[in-house]
Amino acid sequence: MNNNEKSLLNVDYGIGGITTHLRPREEGDDLHSETMVLNLGPAHPATHGTVRIVAELSGEKIVDADVELGFLHRGFEKMCETVDYNQVMPYADRLNYVSPIINNVGWCLTVEKLLEIEVPKRAQYIRVIMSELSRISDHLTCLGASAMELGAFTVMLYLMQAREYIWELIEDVTGARLTISYGRVGGLKADLPEGFAEKMHKALDGTRDQLDKADRLLTRNRIFIDRMCDVGTISKEDAIAYGCTGPFGRASGVDYDVRRDYPYSSYEDFSFEVPLGEKGDNYDRFLVRYEEIFQSMRICEQAIKNLPTGPICVDDPHIVLNPKEGVYSSIDGMINHFELVIFGVKPPQGDVYIPVEGGNGELGFYTVSDGTGKPYKVHVRPPCFVHMGTMKKMLLGSNIADVVPIFGMINMIGGECDR
Amino acid sequence: MSVSSSDQAALSEQLLQLLRSKLGNQIVSSSVELGDAIVWIKRSEMLNFFQILKLDTELDFSMLLDTTVVDWLDSRDERFEVVYHLMSLSKKFRLRVKIAVPEEEAHVDSLVLLWPSANFMEREAWDMYGVDFKGHPDLRRILMYDEFEGHPLRKDYPLRGKQPRVPLRHPEVDNTSRHMHREALVNIGGARN
Repeated sequence: MNNNEKSLLNVDYGIGGITTHLRPREEGDDLHSETMVLNLGPAHPATHGTVRIVAELSGEKIVDADVELGFLHRGFEKMCETVDYNQVMPYADRLNYVSPIINNVGWCLTVEKLLEIEVPKRAQYIRVIMSELSRISDHLTCLGASAMELGAFTVMLYLMQAREYIWELIEDVTGARLTISYGRVGGLKADLPEGFAEKMHKALDGTRDQLDKADRLLTRNRIFIDRMCDVGTISKEDAIAYGCTGPFGRASGVDYDVRRDYPYSSYEDFSFEVPLGEKGDNYDRFLVRYEEIFQSMRICEQAIKNLPTGPICVDDPHIVLNPKEGVYSSIDGMINHFELVIFGVKPPQGDVYIPVEGGNGELGFYTVSDGTGKPYKVHVRPPCFVHMGTMKKMLLGSNIADVVPIFGMINMIGGECDR
Repeated sequence: MSVSSSDQAALSEQLLQLLRSKLGNQIVSSSVELGDAIVWIKRSEMLNFFQILKLDTELDFSMLLDTTVVDWLDSRDERFEVVYHLMSLSKKFRLRVKIAVPEEEAHVDSLVLLWPSANFMEREAWDMYGVDFKGHPDLRRILMYDEFEGHPLRKDYPLRGKQPRVPLRHPEVDNTSRHMHREALVNIGGARN
């Protein structure tokens, strides 16, 4: 091919932020064998995080793809090395910002394991309730956003209304809606407010109503099923090999739930089902998440019914701040207070990995302590980062229109994936 | 079939005994700390070790959950410690494998062929710590941008490290997967250098 031909073919069609380029024709190719490279993102309305997908298309089929992450990298792990253990809490909020309490609980459990303490039963139950409420809001967001991207705008509004009920409840307990910082090493920031149980039942009933409406519009909707069924299929073997956990892995039939298999924070006290999918396509992921919302409600209701009385923090002034009466009236109370504020909690040397069931899968915290008040190393295993590794596999051979539902059902949360 | 925290320690002990009997000569040291099974292995025999972990039916470590690196700077003889977390779905084992890596030869073997999940994790570990994963099919930066200099999570990288300015580039596929990279795609009207 001579130079002239090359310059004719390589025209920059940079239209509306999407750059397309023609691959030069090879000897003997006809026109239809040309593929086109299409750049999706990083700022695209359907990528709720910022992610860039470079897809090579043959007609409408994706023949090659590359997924680029990291647009929301803030250096979470580097920042954590410079603050003390309790100060990591606000940073952890901003990992999966749709379900921040699960991150808080995960981090608290990590430090508590290093300290070899166990929080009182009441705190464990409250953590479970708040985690499950967060999980509900996480799933509602994922389902609502995915439905909206497929044109079901009403469903999104119904589910956002349901999420509003949950967030109002969370606001009632913690005082914040999004970045909550409710956890503390050795306990919780505050106890549940008066009348929480009634409010919770009301919110859950409201959520059930909204879910019912969404179900009637969506689950047996022909358009929705056509767009979701047999799209983005991952077999069970692949899901295991790619490390898929959570609703994403369970939709492929990976029978693993951290809450059931490695119970933490008293999850062994509650009965709940772990829904499994069969085919591992988008529709299964939708159904698994949908069912998990109801299971989370079950756990919430059991926990509030059997909520033990007692303190919500461990009784150790070296870990949890003294009540103010103690600080103002005794000298050791004051010393403990200042030591904790200035130097922070000091776990012994060692390293620990704690998995918790996040909204998207196994959320793991790996921490190395060198015996000082600051963590030597913090590493997060974000579930959606691992799931993004399967993205290329799912995209190959699917249509360009399937990119959005596939990406939507992975539910990549930028804050968690890119840290 | 749930594993409570007290069972976890017993399970870890059982796992370590199993590992010592099967792979005793490849293990440098092993211990149970806070209920977690930890194994240190030699770098030279790591591929063999991991292969047996995955393929042996009594161990059956089907999932590689996490890969990361700890930077010990000067406080240890060998600066880096590559940490793997594995899980066996059928046997409920969890294992932490550690490999010490000196700074001058900061490389380990890639596990992508055994567990495809290692692909992104190893790219991240390389990006953040600069430990090379030999045999990785596509070792590029994943969280940082391509022009980034240094490895941000190393302890000697400053908290507010300054980076050189990156010239404006044509928004093209230069930084995508190697096999997608084609000369003809890049050379457009002199817009990129």
